Amino acid sequence: MTTTTMTMAKALNEGLRRAMEKNPKVLLMGEDIGRLGGVFRITDGLQKDFGEDRVIDSPLAESAIVGTAVGLAIRGYRAVCEIQFDGFVYPAFDQIVSQVAKLHKRSDGAYIMGMVIRIPFQGGIGAIEHHSESPEPYFSQTAGLRVVSCSTPNDAYWMIQQSIEHDDPIIFCEPKSRYWEKGEVDLETPPAGLFDALVRREGTDVTLIGYGASVKTCLRAAETAQVEGTSIEVIDARSIAPLDIELMAKSVEKTGRVVVVQESPHTASVGSEIVSELTQRCFYSLRAPGLRVSGYHVPYPPTRIEEDYRPSVDRILDAVDRVMGFES
Amino acid sequence: MIDEELVQLLTPEGERVESSDYESTLNGDEIFGLYRDMVIIRRLCNESTSLQRQGQLALWAPIQGQEAAQIGAGRALAPGDFTFPTYREHGIAWCRGVPPADMLRLFRAVSNGGWDPQKYRHSVPTVVLGSQCLHAVGYAMGIQRDGAEEASMAFFGDGASSQGDVLEAFVWAASFNAPVVFFCQNNQWGISTPSSVQSKIPLYHRAHGFGFPGVRVDGNDVLAVYEVSKRALESARVGGGPTLIEAYTYRIGAHTTSDDPTRYRIDAEVEVWKHRDPVERVKALLAREYKVKNVDFDTVSQEADTMALQLREDVLAMSRPDPISMFDNAYAAPHPLIEEGRREMIDLGISGGAL
Repeated sequence: MTTTTMTMAKALNEGLRRAMEKNPKVLLMGEDIGRLGGVFRITDGLQKDFGEDRVIDSPLAESAIVGTAVGLAIRGYRAVCEIQFDGFVYPAFDQIVSQVAKLHKRSDGAYIMGMVIRIPFQGGIGAIEHHSESPEPYFSQTAGLRVVSCSTPNDAYWMIQQSIEHDDPIIFCEPKSRYWEKGEVDLETPPAGLFDALVRREGTDVTLIGYGASVKTCLRAAETAQVEGTSIEVIDARSIAPLDIELMAKSVEKTGRVVVVQESPHTASVGSEIVSELTQRCFYSLRAPGLRVSGYHVPYPPTRIEEDYRPSVDRILDAVDRVMGFES
Repeated sequence: MIDEELVQLLTPEGERVESSDYESTLNGDEIFGLYRDMVIIRRLCNESTSLQRQGQLALWAPIQGQEAAQIGAGRALAPGDFTFPTYREHGIAWCRGVPPADMLRLFRAVSNGGWDPQKYRHSVPTVVLGSQCLHAVGYAMGIQRDGAEEASMAFFGDGASSQGDVLEAFVWAASFNAPVVFFCQNNQWGISTPSSVQSKIPLYHRAHGFGFPGVRVDGNDVLAVYEVSKRALESARVGGGPTLIEAYTYRIGAHTTSDDPTRYRIDAEVEVWKHRDPVERVKALLAREYKVKNVDFDTVSQEADTMALQLREDVLAMSRPDPISMFDNAYAAPHPLIEEGRREMIDLGISGGAL
């Protein structure tokens, strides 16, 4: 096994590089991704090595980034679009929902809409407004799209390549607050399929499910809970749509308790879907109602107070206490 | 007649006129071919309106008045070009070889598309207007990367010209010098909204602000539309970049069969434009200059009638799709929710389809 240590940002960069080497039809498009290497440097050095025709510095127009990716897909190219920040994806919402998601169906399968729309998402970097949002529930609700999120450098390296190879359009959510954290990357073997969830820590009392930046927060909560005598199983959902509900159900059959952690508000969220599915599948195993620990139902707050908005270890442990203390 | 910069080669009376920039390159047979196309597509449109009135179509979007704009542009295309239509481009679809019945599958509500867009190099209809202009630019960027001498052509109207996607498409096409032709049919009305609300300047002037040429052509003059389109496409194919063509025309009919234009425009205006009919002026030219006989015109009419009969038969034969087909092609790769939906439908006995 060949492993190497790198940041998530570097792992994404290496994953993109490998995908471009493998398939000459893969193109990158986005604002400031060429000479600058992107505002997060995810595409650093790629324009120099692959040229301006394959790493395209785009005008400042998100709908056009996605809309032209549609045309390129029709012509047989596979675009990886970078949306600079989560809050900037909404100008492209119509192209994503009305065109990208539906053209395979509308063309009776003649168009393969394989493309990846990369979105740095979630908060935690002290940015100004529109730079810390969690738009994934909007896309999870749309038939025709798939939504995934990486939480480690190894997943970032593999999931970006798997997404580029996949024939359906993928919304690829990158937890920007984890870009600079290092981890081991296995350069030979992918950790799992693109749509598989993974157990990050085994436990017996409560199943804690998160994705993106929340996974690490869940793992911290599990460590603290262990000290207090509660054994928590942590699942990284990885794929938000479709959900690997089988793996989650297997865990909840064992623990009888589930808490889902997410940064988006909880109404009509990914957590709502997970709790609903698990209630249906594991009704007789559940010893407490499934809970969600989410962002509040407010516009993302000024970031001086964002850590009181984002699910914290304390808020997760509070939810763990509630499911542990529930008496039917 | 309308604008001194309007490119026109044929008056409404069928008289040839000089243009400083363009001259007609078509011979008599070719002009007769354009006439035939326009008659057939008008007949197709009328038959479809009847089918809607008889309850056989959910909706129809007529093109009466816009036949020359569409046939002129459609016949200027080369086989390798790729077109991106709205839901009203029946004339373009005809020129691309799309079978007439397939054009009606959307309106019969048995499909969200209707034909194989890769086979005919004519994309599926866009209903959320403006989006298709960006698709055309992206496709053109693909042409550039393939080093091919081809072009894409985007169709939209005066209404959609206000959409951000159209203007973003202009920016991108200019920035990347993409081989794309933007073909705007200014038919004066976006449902009830007059084109004066969409733009305070002639639409073709907008191109200059984006950094590429714009041309206004008499959209009811098939000879002029053909030449203007041909030159713009040829320029795009050899690296000349984008062109905006504004085909100045008029929607004689309703926006769709659900619309009632008597609520927002006056008959006198429609009458003025009926005198500028795109089909009659070519017929007059053919009769006078090429001595085409009535019997030849009648042959075309009969051909159109035969097509219409066949169209009606084909449409009536389009039955309700098996409900389970809604799961086909929702995704390219297997998806658990698709399998779940299929299973449920079979369990409920809604469909006899197999997994």
